[in-house]
Amino acid sequence: MELTATTTVRRPVAEVYAFWRLLENLPTFMEHLDEVRTTDEKTSTWTASAPFDRTVVWEALVIEDVVEERIAWRSTEQADVPNEGAVSFLPAPAGAGTEVHVHLVYDVEAGKLGKAVAKYFGEEPHQQLDDDLRRLKQVLEAGEVVRSDGAPWGKQARKEFPQHPAQPMTAEERREVLGA
Amino acid sequence: MRANCWAGRDEVEVREVPDPAVLNSRDAIVRITSTAICGSDLHLLDGYVPTMQDGDVMGHEFMGEVVEVGPGVDPTRLRVGDRVVVPFPIACGACAACAAQLYSCCENSNPNAGIAEKMFGHPVAGIFGYSHLTGGFAGGQAQYARVPFADVGPLKIESELTDEQVLFLSDILPTGYMGAEMCDIQPSDVVAVWGAGPVGQFAMDSARVLGAASVIAIDKEPYRLRMAEEAGHIPVNFEEVDVRSRLLELSGGRGPDKCIDAVGMEATHGSAHIHAFDRVKQAVRSETDRPHVLRQAIMSCRSGGIVSVIGVYGGTVDKFPAGAWMNRSLTLRTGQCHVQRYMTPLLRRIERGELDPTRVITHRLPLEEAPRGYAVFKNKQEDCEKVVLTP
Repeated sequence: MELTATTTVRRPVAEVYAFWRLLENLPTFMEHLDEVRTTDEKTSTWTASAPFDRTVVWEALVIEDVVEERIAWRSTEQADVPNEGAVSFLPAPAGAGTEVHVHLVYDVEAGKLGKAVAKYFGEEPHQQLDDDLRRLKQVLEAGEVVRSDGAPWGKQARKEFPQHPAQPMTAEERREVLGA
Repeated sequence: MRANCWAGRDEVEVREVPDPAVLNSRDAIVRITSTAICGSDLHLLDGYVPTMQDGDVMGHEFMGEVVEVGPGVDPTRLRVGDRVVVPFPIACGACAACAAQLYSCCENSNPNAGIAEKMFGHPVAGIFGYSHLTGGFAGGQAQYARVPFADVGPLKIESELTDEQVLFLSDILPTGYMGAEMCDIQPSDVVAVWGAGPVGQFAMDSARVLGAASVIAIDKEPYRLRMAEEAGHIPVNFEEVDVRSRLLELSGGRGPDKCIDAVGMEATHGSAHIHAFDRVKQAVRSETDRPHVLRQAIMSCRSGGIVSVIGVYGGTVDKFPAGAWMNRSLTLRTGQCHVQRYMTPLLRRIERGELDPTRVITHRLPLEEAPRGYAVFKNKQEDCEKVVLTP
């Protein structure tokens, strides 16, 4: 499964590149990622939610890093769902910020979990990546992922409809959603 | 707290709901002192805007006192105790749309941008109390509201002006004004405004303030036409006269130079069979909007003129007169109001006495009577023009 998406972020290329290069930042806007921990300059451990409340963990390797231009990575051999990705940063016209071009490949043919992941992505697999990039914009331009009463989860677009009604959450619901 | 909630098609209900809390760092919580029912709330009530859910708190015109701010709110912009009017579009102030002052197209404030994108091609800003398509934000027909990006939108009121004088800066006064501003009004202009509801009335007043030679009000409710006439505008009742002939008479045979659609998707029509056509198409959802006013404005406008649309449309329309629009060099301008752009200049006009927003208020009700307010406003009973609610 191959996904591409593009957005423009109204921040300088250097800042957008630096934010992405610190891979720990990815879970702030990528829905399926719970955590990324870098182990050295090129290697990192990624934790993601998988279907049926499963968690998958894999090691990834940065295979290309051109400062303020491009970052590419791929999972190492042991990954349940082999995957790779690349992101390019281009100056937007008229000094309007940074174009972010993302390309992701998931090998969903490999094994049962891969098939479950393909199903999880559903008929519109690009939707999740589009929403991830919308949240990247929110984080970089507005400081954080925006929450509403109807969509208090912020990150999780697939809870789009039906949602929590557009009325304030109870204290208990708030604890559950915000974990606070 | 008490809040007026959507309870299904044609039904609103004042219910007990949880108090709002800060969810994002730049939120403020506002204790609402005045709020209003908008014509566009009726589109939600009637079920013509999709993605409403039972329990959604209604209302996008409100003001009050800041009682709490999140840790990220710039204290030089907003503090606890400030008296504020809250603009209906939620805007981050940092994206390309906000930088271009297109606040109602803010790229970051709508967590349901994906839904909006499917309907509109590109997403639109979050709006308070205005369906999940525009974010699923609880509205302001309530005792309290959570206001995101509180250091961007809310306008501080530091003078002694009453709530009623400034409340409509939240939506209908800027919306009417933008309708007139988009007309690029020249001193010789005849401006025709379809719809003598509150937004139409403010579009007429704004056209006059911006220097139009004459302003025409088109409606069928005698009390609304009377209200427009008392404010100095020329009434035309579409149930009594042929609109096109009357407009030609009033513009030396040229047609109005500028036309404003302040009605939108639920227009009624003097001609029964065309109204029935749109009504049926809308009922079976093969057309979401009844665009009668838009058609008539385009057909009426003089060649080379401007048709400005501030009435709300939600989806698709049928029988759009593309030929008239194209062949007669008409310009079509529109947008959900970019309220933040207009709040301060319009506050100054209110202070100087150039605009009197209170003139449209006919009903003052406690929040608990919101359902009655919706009923009289929708059914145009008791000569209802504008309902202000007090929590």
